[in-house]
Amino acid sequence: MNIAFREIQAKQGYWLTMLVLGALAGAGVLSALYMEHHGHIVTGMTNQIVWGLPHVFAVFLIVAASGALNVASIATVFGKTLYKPLNRLSALMALTFLAGGLMALVLDLGRADRLVVAMTQYNFKSIFAWNVILYNGFFAIVIAYLWTMMDRKGSPWYKTVGTFAFVWRLILTTGTGSIFGFLVAREAYDAALLAPMFIIFSFNYGLALFLLILMGLYKGDNRPLGDKLVNRLRSLLGTFVAASLYFTLVYHLTNLYFTKHHGLEAFLLLEGGIHTQMFWLGQVLIGYVVPMAILFNPATNGRGWTVIAAVAAVLGGLAQMWVTIIGGQAYPMDMFPGYAVTSGFYDGVVNAYSPALVEILLGIGGVATAVLLTVGASKVLRFMPERLDDETLVALHGKH
Amino acid sequence: MNQHENAHADKSVDTLTTDTATRRDFLKAGAVVAGATLAPGVLFYGVAHSRPAEEPASKAVRWGMLINTQKCGDGCKSCVTACNEENGLSGKTGPQDSQWIRKVDIRNLQTGAHHELPMLCQHCENPPCVDVCPTGASMKRADGIVLVDRHICIGCRYCMMACPYKARSLVHEPLTEQKPDVPRGMGCVEACTFCVQRVDRDEAPACVDACTQAGHNAMLFGNLNDAEGPIAKALKSMASTEVRADLNLNTGVRYQGI
Repeated sequence: MNIAFREIQAKQGYWLTMLVLGALAGAGVLSALYMEHHGHIVTGMTNQIVWGLPHVFAVFLIVAASGALNVASIATVFGKTLYKPLNRLSALMALTFLAGGLMALVLDLGRADRLVVAMTQYNFKSIFAWNVILYNGFFAIVIAYLWTMMDRKGSPWYKTVGTFAFVWRLILTTGTGSIFGFLVAREAYDAALLAPMFIIFSFNYGLALFLLILMGLYKGDNRPLGDKLVNRLRSLLGTFVAASLYFTLVYHLTNLYFTKHHGLEAFLLLEGGIHTQMFWLGQVLIGYVVPMAILFNPATNGRGWTVIAAVAAVLGGLAQMWVTIIGGQAYPMDMFPGYAVTSGFYDGVVNAYSPALVEILLGIGGVATAVLLTVGASKVLRFMPERLDDETLVALHGKH
Repeated sequence: MNQHENAHADKSVDTLTTDTATRRDFLKAGAVVAGATLAPGVLFYGVAHSRPAEEPASKAVRWGMLINTQKCGDGCKSCVTACNEENGLSGKTGPQDSQWIRKVDIRNLQTGAHHELPMLCQHCENPPCVDVCPTGASMKRADGIVLVDRHICIGCRYCMMACPYKARSLVHEPLTEQKPDVPRGMGCVEACTFCVQRVDRDEAPACVDACTQAGHNAMLFGNLNDAEGPIAKALKSMASTEVRADLNLNTGVRYQGI
């Protein structure tokens, strides 16, 4: 038995969704144009908090994009054929979420008009330059991967290209984590752990988003989606959330052990105001505790609970990016250890940051673009199996 | 030799003397004229080692600065004012305004010892800003001055994340009335250039001159590679500190007294 893939239908709900997403994406682009015209003076970003909310959304989306490919990798690389019907949507989301993330990232550049310079001039000691290559390469490889899935002519290379894509995505997320890991100046960064931690985060955020898009598209298009598959993905998400918590624990325990990082930890965990709240309420409670409580509890097995758990994991992911990116910059750099420092340039003080509306719109615009491209592509090409009910899956794979 | 011969010889000598004097006068006059014409250039080159615009910066030179925090004080901000004036900065100190040099107050938490010092780009030998810049816009000139190429800076601010000295600023708003020899641009990152436009004219950075004029003499600028120069001699004879020496960046700016 073969599984049939079909485009989603263009019903009223589809167009309404596209309209809302299009408006949000458009608002993001308009915000970027406004920033481009007036300069970053119209944002909440400063010479102290140099990366702001657009980066929180952008890095989250980029990390999630590489994680969204996991479902396909599990099918292709690790031979779990149960997931194979999902591999097209998985690869599609890897492309669209990377596009949304990069949109937010590049439109925030001080000179977004010089994007071509970033594509043509490389300093190979810079992990940023490597990331430009890794992101562009990822697009090319995942498109090739989709071709091996969707075109008979490509199918002989399915496993090879899929394996290559899997390795590439691991390198890509290593590169994204290393953007922070390679920063020697700031206490919150400068740690090799950030690269593998970002990979684990990507598993978590990518799968949470994948579940939400999968359930949303199947419900929106009235297609059957059985518990067999959803429950597998649920357990997997629970494992990834727990692994994220583990890495977070190790990161903070290591810092807590080193006296020189006690100030940073006191700031993040106790005294950091919004950043402390983002950590305990956002990253830990909403991002880890709530999803695990739902996903590991057989009593909260319903579809509604799964949506809540996945949404919580996504919100926790955004909170984590806030803590990592904004919290890491808000804590003052220790230029003179053992000294209290003051100056007219905000040395020695916790740096304030309140994002402007344009930043919020640009960040949300990136998310909207990612979802818009996913839904739009599902309408144009055959990314989604017609049915994924339990009977179909049992017929395909047996009871396991 | 007979008397005649002697007389002749004397005459010859006289004659010779007269001829020589005439020639000497001519040469002297010529030298004065030539000197008046050429001297400024020759002196400029010979004494001050200025180089023509088409000649690239040389590796033989490494520009550096030694700041004596014992002499810096009284809340004096002459260096900051002079930098703003020279480079066309507004002098505003909001969180989004550029500051290329700032006065920093430090107080030892144990002993209460207090110091003031100017903080600026440290012109590292191994600058983290240059390492992380994706396009190569952040670069170090052969003579050690760390600069931003305003033509290829994309405004990603990764260098600002990487700099351990908070030395860099993003231009957050449109600029007007820029200085012709200090190009700046909205959306690009900038920092202290050691007043490269002045250094290339063989002048000291504006902050250093201002510090001297204010009578503090806390800032010494010069070629670190010139063993006989005042800065190399001073560094050799007394203890000095690199800020964040743990990072092993070999900064071009050194401090005394902290």
